[in-house]
Amino acid sequence: MPQEQLEQIAQDLVKRAMAAGATAADATVREGEEFSAAIRLGKIESLKEAESKVLGLRVFLGTRSASSYSSDFSPGSIERLVERTIEMARVTSEDPANGLPEASELGRYEGDLQLYSPDLGAISTEERISVARRAEQAALESDSRIMNSEGSGVETGVGSKAYANSLGFVASYRSSAGSVSVVPVAQVGRNGGASMQRDFWYAVGRGAAALSDPEGVGREAAARVLRRLGARKISTCRVPVIFDQETARSLVGHIFEAVRGDAIYRNASFLAGKLGERIAGENITVLDDGLRPGGFGSRPFDDEGVAPRITPVIERGVLKSYLLNTYTARKLNLRTTGNASRGVAGPPGVGPKNFYVQPGAQSPADILKSVKNGFYVVELIGMGVNVVTGDYSRGAAGMWIENGELAYPVEEVTIAGSLQEMLNHVAMVGADLEFRSALASPTLLVEGLTVAGT
Amino acid sequence: MSQNDRFFFERYGLDAAALERYLAAALSEGGDYADLYFEHTTTTSILVDESLVKTATEGISVGCGIRVVAGEQTGYAYSDDLAPQRVLKAAKIAARIASGPAQVSTVGLSALESQHDFYPVVHAPTDEGLEPKLDLVRRADAAARVYDSRIGQVRVSYADQIRHVLIAGSDGRMVTDFQPLVRLNVFTLAQDGSNRQSGSSGGGGRVPLEFFTGDRSPEWFAKEAARQAIVQLSAQEAPAGEMEVVLGPGWPGILLHEAVGHGLEADFNRKGISAFSGRIGQRVASDICTVVDDGTIPDRRGSLNVDDEGVPTHQNVLIENGILKGYLQDKLSAGLMQTSVTGNGRRESYEHIPMPRMTNTYMLAGNDDPGDIIRSVKHGLYAVYFGGGQVDITSGKFVFSASEAYLIEDGKVTAPVKGATLIGDGPSVLTRVTAVGNDLKLDTGIGTCGKEGQSVPVGVGIPTLKVDRLTVGGTAPKSATSFV
Repeated sequence: MPQEQLEQIAQDLVKRAMAAGATAADATVREGEEFSAAIRLGKIESLKEAESKVLGLRVFLGTRSASSYSSDFSPGSIERLVERTIEMARVTSEDPANGLPEASELGRYEGDLQLYSPDLGAISTEERISVARRAEQAALESDSRIMNSEGSGVETGVGSKAYANSLGFVASYRSSAGSVSVVPVAQVGRNGGASMQRDFWYAVGRGAAALSDPEGVGREAAARVLRRLGARKISTCRVPVIFDQETARSLVGHIFEAVRGDAIYRNASFLAGKLGERIAGENITVLDDGLRPGGFGSRPFDDEGVAPRITPVIERGVLKSYLLNTYTARKLNLRTTGNASRGVAGPPGVGPKNFYVQPGAQSPADILKSVKNGFYVVELIGMGVNVVTGDYSRGAAGMWIENGELAYPVEEVTIAGSLQEMLNHVAMVGADLEFRSALASPTLLVEGLTVAGT
Repeated sequence: MSQNDRFFFERYGLDAAALERYLAAALSEGGDYADLYFEHTTTTSILVDESLVKTATEGISVGCGIRVVAGEQTGYAYSDDLAPQRVLKAAKIAARIASGPAQVSTVGLSALESQHDFYPVVHAPTDEGLEPKLDLVRRADAAARVYDSRIGQVRVSYADQIRHVLIAGSDGRMVTDFQPLVRLNVFTLAQDGSNRQSGSSGGGGRVPLEFFTGDRSPEWFAKEAARQAIVQLSAQEAPAGEMEVVLGPGWPGILLHEAVGHGLEADFNRKGISAFSGRIGQRVASDICTVVDDGTIPDRRGSLNVDDEGVPTHQNVLIENGILKGYLQDKLSAGLMQTSVTGNGRRESYEHIPMPRMTNTYMLAGNDDPGDIIRSVKHGLYAVYFGGGQVDITSGKFVFSASEAYLIEDGKVTAPVKGATLIGDGPSVLTRVTAVGNDLKLDTGIGTCGKEGQSVPVGVGIPTLKVDRLTVGGTAPKSATSFV
């Protein structure tokens, strides 16, 4: 569907809702094409290709509100959906924080955010399969201990999104993304004494360039899995911990969860009520950048029609701003930061733009050299993070550090502490920031954590 | 045949001839097998927060997923439009996986009589008006608030869905099912000075709204969530290091889900990338452990009449008296491993390729008295409620995060401790189970399992269990001797 048609459907939904008695309404309409090829041990495992669409409606009756979504765009179905959404709104509560953004807050960024790259769609299916195959082959050929693989894959997607509301705002945009990934499995020993490890690597981007170096992706995946072979458990200790880019990104995710407006107004965050206070070391600056060209969190307008911006969240250790949509902003007597994010089900929540820790001066190699005894963590598993209290406890795998060098791999341990303490005890911030998703962080060295093993 | 059998025929004008035409298109380039998965799902959800009904949402999702299998290869496409030309187009895209002469699908689809009906819900929650659902959430909200004056925030969410499915395969088999699912969740925050703690509880299943009574009432779940938050107000630092761990009955069965369940999914084992690969017949647990995956328990969240490939569900024994007996199969893996399907082929929706998944995974009751089990521990951890878990199926290392746990000192349950992650080794953790209680309990019906981006509802359960040695991921020294 052309973007104009998506805009038309969104406007039509709003119009129908208003005609059916809504005092205000907004609608999101999305359409997308997805493709994925999975390869394992050189053979095609699966090919998947599809187009999909979905519409989402939100209506207001004064300060009451309800929402709905559907993948069925037939006129009869849409008419019933509009009616039922209005009916549902009648039974929800009056809530003065409900409503669309102020008209003055609406707008779209007119510059080029480089969210769509036509060269991705131009790659043939055969080429995509070949890219996945080359990535896996490079991993398998790296080392004789890599004899197996969970597979490799290429995924691409192109989508369009339109948004309209009853204040007269209507806009749409197109975006694309592609990735290549590989998951090699390495083994030492045989039968009884065998020990297997897996790890992965990937490249991702808005355009065909993401798929341009599959061998590099394969070799990196191989290096990452090989360094984990022969992992052992260590004794419980309290040591400095280095989080690499991938694991540091998960910490950034916890910070995001703690500054979301909905967690703040519910008092369900350890950062609630801390605006303007020092909550981290001076070396910590966290930004939410909605304008980053090609960024995975960049959008010309949010899911309420509010233009993007750059929001300093933590500046040299001081909490400067929460991240808000219209509802949470009103609950807190603040202004929206343009972070409305609507999945299909339910009203808009709060989502990150490009949310990241500003890089520091040290290279990852220098950070490693600075640690006498410590733990370099490359994988974190589990859900042991409580944003209400800041309590942190997750399963980890990585390498033991001895005299500034990686000594041997470690597994079956946990890392525990609190997010408050961690934010205040980042001893070094790496210079190695890279954006592979909406969240990003350079390497971080954090002190005061407990590593639990035997 | 149950009443829903005609759903797609009546609502979307589908007929047997059309199904055969789609299957023929799917096999037009060759291939061994093809199937169609028609799905129509409607959902309702309600959120009460700050005692206000903040959101009510309704959704409709409809589509058809088409799969073509050629050897180890799968071609997949779907359409969210059931117009014949769109479904045919998707079938032809899925067909591209194969390269050979067209295969002829069995002509004459035969509808299979459903062998069992594990969720005979007459009045599906989705068909009820909003009022009885609003009543449930409001009652939960009120009950949580009156539990203790320190309960400051309460959030209650209600969600139901009805899934109509029709699965037709090129082997001529066609089945339909009607799958209701409902759940109620309560989240609480307690505050005492600057100390804030959270609690959560909930329940549900493939049941009508009448399910929510007695020890499954909104009040019950609300009190449970409030109680947890209040307990946490006095929690001390959790210990760090290896120790004896006693798991309470029910939801802590997430241990089985992570430690052995995922590792026994046949796709990982067929590929030799699971820590359990090639270990059928070997000891993977102490002889007092028998673990099953059972999709046939009436009304349960993880139960299904047929899996998402149309195969009737079973009770499958995974581990019997400590010996590994079998894997969880879907059609593809069972075919390649030359064994039988087990009714574990599941998918999140028509947009997804099915794969081996768990249903309700639990350990059979043993002979030990739960009180005796606790009394047998000199120094350890008693964990009764968990937040979630994860596993690395290749290394076998798994975690699950306790959200309510206590110290055991000299055989007595003492101080509550803060939430902590427990980490262990899947293939060996059950060999260190030294006591199994006589108090098997299944969870209350709120579990969701994620694998390769697909979420499906599941259940877990265990009796009280003692594990000799498990690493607890707290921050406090585990005994008087401290660590550096």
